[in-house]
Amino acid sequence: MTRYFARKIGLYLLAFWAGVTIDWAIPRLMPGNPIAAYVSRFSLNSQGPWTALYQLFNKAFGYNLPIWDQYWHYWDNLFHGNLGISLYAFPEKVTTLIAQAAPYTLALLVPAITLSYVLGNRVGAMAARRKALDNTVLPLGYLFQAMPYAWLALAAAFYLAQIERWFPVQGGSAAGVAAGFTWVYIWGLVSHWFLPFLTVFLVSFGGWSIGMRNLVIYELETDYARYLRALGAPSRLVRRYAYRNAVLPQLSGLALALGTVIGGNIVTEVVFQYPGLGHLIYTAATDQDYSLLQGIFIFIIVGVLVANFVIDIVYILIDPRTRLSMQGAAA
Amino acid sequence: MSLSVRNLQIAYRTLRGDVQAVDDVTFEVADKEIMGLAGESGSGKSTLGNSLIFLEGRMRHVGGTVDLDGKALPISNYRAMNRHRMRDVSIIPQYAMSALNPTKKIGSLARDLLKARGFHLADVLPEFRRRISLVGLPDNVLGMYPFELSGGMRQRATMVISTLLNPSLLIADEVTSALDVSNQRAVGELLTEFRDLGYVKSMIVITHDLSILAQIADTITIMYAGKLAEKADASTIVDKPLHPYTQALLSSLPEVGLRYEDKELTGIPGRPPSLLDVVSGCRFKDRCPFARDRCRDEPPFVELLPGHQVACWKASDEVKGLGGWAHEGAAGSAPSIGRAGGEVEHPGGAEGPGSERPGDANATALAPRVSEGLEAPVGKGQP
Repeated sequence: MTRYFARKIGLYLLAFWAGVTIDWAIPRLMPGNPIAAYVSRFSLNSQGPWTALYQLFNKAFGYNLPIWDQYWHYWDNLFHGNLGISLYAFPEKVTTLIAQAAPYTLALLVPAITLSYVLGNRVGAMAARRKALDNTVLPLGYLFQAMPYAWLALAAAFYLAQIERWFPVQGGSAAGVAAGFTWVYIWGLVSHWFLPFLTVFLVSFGGWSIGMRNLVIYELETDYARYLRALGAPSRLVRRYAYRNAVLPQLSGLALALGTVIGGNIVTEVVFQYPGLGHLIYTAATDQDYSLLQGIFIFIIVGVLVANFVIDIVYILIDPRTRLSMQGAAA
Repeated sequence: MSLSVRNLQIAYRTLRGDVQAVDDVTFEVADKEIMGLAGESGSGKSTLGNSLIFLEGRMRHVGGTVDLDGKALPISNYRAMNRHRMRDVSIIPQYAMSALNPTKKIGSLARDLLKARGFHLADVLPEFRRRISLVGLPDNVLGMYPFELSGGMRQRATMVISTLLNPSLLIADEVTSALDVSNQRAVGELLTEFRDLGYVKSMIVITHDLSILAQIADTITIMYAGKLAEKADASTIVDKPLHPYTQALLSSLPEVGLRYEDKELTGIPGRPPSLLDVVSGCRFKDRCPFARDRCRDEPPFVELLPGHQVACWKASDEVKGLGGWAHEGAAGSAPSIGRAGGEVEHPGGAEGPGSERPGDANATALAPRVSEGLEAPVGKGQP
């Protein structure tokens, strides 16, 4: 058991190291020079001041150092909770920007992922044994699952916000309303949140319900289900067993899907101008803001790794077979 | 009379039409009787057995009745049948090794099943434990998951769960087929023990392995292409079979103490007929070395000798003393009339060592002749 966890944690640390390193390297390998671009904003006409300013900023951001020193500094800062200073929102700290945007993204993704997973599994399992439901859920599920996030987001923004004007599309809360525990402000939050949430929810929901339907149909045809029926077990019991066993592959699927959902979330937020991390990534990328991009990516890397770790543990708890193999590994 | 099946017809629905897998089958199983049901693959034996407890999706009850302990079993009604499952009729399925939910402990699976049948695990727990140790499983097996057990152990656990409520009829479907010979014997003995201890009143043991039936069965019923060919005491079937199919089946088994250097072991030439488009008359006639014009009419399944039912014109004539059934088929492939199948072509081994042994039960003396070479002669009464 301890050996199993030691190995798991070791693997997660390795993944973290690889993620951070790639995250650090990618902006440096990208074409373009962000400091040059930034200094150019000041519209200096002569070469002298331009060079002086360029060198000043280069030094301030540490880009004048040898590449290995930059790497070590990066790790050192990371462990001190310092993700650097944003270029586009200079002199705002990256951590501050992330802290402002993260609540929006979490409020969007956590309910969207969990609700689509739970409801998708339930509805899929029901569709597996009811013809009428199957004939509606299955085509709808395929339709939603096949939709790119961006397209569904655009369609929702266009129809429900622009044409019908049921929902607002700009920002995360009503413009000109002060933050606070007021109905107007909270309603603004909810109405701005709903469409991006719906987009992410629907696309994920389609995938989960189709997967679950197929898994439950498979489980209901297995030998143990036949045996239970032959011994007169009520179908409630058979379905309960089948559901429980079908959830196992779905859970591994959830661990795999997290990355895709977050990627899809970026475009969704961009479409709705929703002030979450996805939108922030978009801004940082267009403004060549290295530090900000890296900071957000680290936040996402940690989030995905932690979520995967939690799913790993839950899987161990609900599938006795993994527990047995763990004992085998420890012996 | 424990079980009485009358004119039972079971069909499989397929895209090419109904396949009559069990066609007009009539038989009885007495209290305390272990009936062996044998036949080759596709003969309908498993379909017949399964239809008595659980008609799966594609199976359809076309006609006939099933009575158990004097009451009709509503085999075509899934819901009405539920009341009888596990309590009156139970099954050890063909897939017994994978019949247990892999993510459920055996004890809690049994608890769920019993609860669904209106019993509490706590009430039957002492008996459950007694039977668990009877079949040679460790006591802590109730707290184990199926994947922690070997295939044979899982099968025995299934055996105990299936019979927990002391059913009147147990259908054991190919329970010995996936086992090695020593385990086959052990499981066979367990089945007779379950019967002797009253865990099950009567039993239908479905197999293609005549040697195991010779050891454990009281009566043997031979099925061919969806119809019953012959039913008699186990010793009669092995010693004095009347149906040419039974004779051919027995002659295709190797004998202990014989070397097959000079003479190859004969099989049965040809294949069983397609059940999709059944030819009229005797279904074995195309493979039967004795087939004649008369076999175009279907022979009735009738009692020719006391306790010996056969569906064959030739057997019927012979019992009445009428002759004229000369051997017309492939030379050397079939046994001659009036002598037990399997012996005719092998004079050296006929009435081998088994015949000298005292026969305590019908099968004892026969076991070695029909057993496979690896198996020691086993009698039911032996400890």
